[in-house]
Amino acid sequence: MKYIIAIIQPHRLDAVREALAAKGVQGLTVSEVRGFGRQKGQTEIYRGAEYNIHYVPKVKIEIAVDAGMADAVVEAIGEAARTGRIGDGKVFVLPLEGAMRVRTGEMGADAL
Amino acid sequence: MIDAGDTAWLITATALVLFMTLPGLALFYGGLVRAENLLSVLMQCFTIASVVTVLWLLAAYSLTFSGTGAWIGDLSKVLLIGVPRDAAAADTTIPESVFFMFQMTFAIITPALIVGAFVERMRFGAVVLFSVLWLFLVYVPVAHWIWGGGWLAERGVLDFAGGLVVHLTAGVSALLLAIMLGPRLGFPHEVRPPHAPWMTMVGACMLWVGWFGFNAGSALSAGADAGMAMTVTHISAATATVVWIVIEAVKYGKPSLVGAVTGAIAGLATITPASGYVGPGAALVIGLVGGGVCYLMVMVVKHRFKIDDALDVLAVHGIGGAVGVLLAAVFADAALGGIGLVEGRTMGGQALIQLTGIIAVLIWSVVVSFIIIKLVQALVGLRVSAEIEEQGLDLNIHGERGYNM
Repeated sequence: MKYIIAIIQPHRLDAVREALAAKGVQGLTVSEVRGFGRQKGQTEIYRGAEYNIHYVPKVKIEIAVDAGMADAVVEAIGEAARTGRIGDGKVFVLPLEGAMRVRTGEMGADAL
Repeated sequence: MIDAGDTAWLITATALVLFMTLPGLALFYGGLVRAENLLSVLMQCFTIASVVTVLWLLAAYSLTFSGTGAWIGDLSKVLLIGVPRDAAAADTTIPESVFFMFQMTFAIITPALIVGAFVERMRFGAVVLFSVLWLFLVYVPVAHWIWGGGWLAERGVLDFAGGLVVHLTAGVSALLLAIMLGPRLGFPHEVRPPHAPWMTMVGACMLWVGWFGFNAGSALSAGADAGMAMTVTHISAATATVVWIVIEAVKYGKPSLVGAVTGAIAGLATITPASGYVGPGAALVIGLVGGGVCYLMVMVVKHRFKIDDALDVLAVHGIGGAVGVLLAAVFADAALGGIGLVEGRTMGGQALIQLTGIIAVLIWSVVVSFIIIKLVQALVGLRVSAEIEEQGLDLNIHGERGYNM
């Protein structure tokens, strides 16, 4: 099993959800997060004054999948989330040691 | 002789001007600070309104509008004692109770304007003490000089609704306080941006509408003067708004809401002293000049001089007010659509009188505010600790959060 964490632009979330649904992903978890990458945030201008915004709003998607699906899922996220501009985000893939479906107590891959 | 129509309009205008502060100005300023300081701004405006009301009745009204002194009024109308219920205020057709209330709303909004300079870092006790002393030592004398029959009124200064009395006094005192208080931690680039520009817009709209009461109410009657004052007020506000939108669109490619509503306030402040004397064509020019000059001054104060007049009180109100005071001399001229200058006085002569008013009010406001600030600093201290400033004033000073989510 693999655990996939994707940090993407908030406005690409719907496109990513649709792409993942098309790949057969059954569920995912989304949270609103803030962060920065190599650009170190951005600036906003109010009344001509520049404000440094160190933490830019992003969306974090977390998905647990069978190991065999991981590459296809990462690829789908990449295609759906990509605008080609700075700040498109990153996708991380982690090994996943265990899982349990809380309602039934099923363990491992059966729980996904 | 009390006139029902005039009285009805002035009661309405009084409500409109109070609405400018509560909640107009409070929301206008509140949206511009970070979320952890929202309540402190609302609380400061609300507190100033209440404290000034009490002081106005106790002595401030009498010292401003009673008596014939050149520099200050007398105490014969303390607590409105001796003012008959059905007496008309001097030279008006409205009851003195209504005149008392109308003028009180001006005395409330003026110190509340200064809040914009010290948001996010001043101690609450210092805010209250400063406002009390400032009301008595800056606002009351200046209002007496110009509206209470004092020495500037004798010279013929034109200040219809408070370019000098309200906007210049508040603007220059605000700048001085911002300098003496020091900038917010992280100023200029590491302070947090406005937390709710929509709230600022809502507050600005209340100010705009309330300003009809402010300027048209200053006619102290319900006739043609009030009607034209309202018209020029609206035209100037809209014109200055367009100026800011165009400047930002050209300069940054993104015309902002915060910029647009700031332009409206600049246009309103600039027309204020001239609003009873000029015609609608002049209002276009006044809005154009006010919008442009105030925009430049925001840049000068914040970016050139690096002074953290946080919400631009000097640039928008002080400068707008002073520019309007000068332009009143020009556009009051009958040839330019105004009501005409005093018989035998030239435009240049009036401009000189206006300049005298600006310089006198400027010097008085700066010198007296300096003394008040030093006194408040010695008595209660000006700034909150760095720790409280970082965490925000709401929870530390007032024990509440603006948003429980």
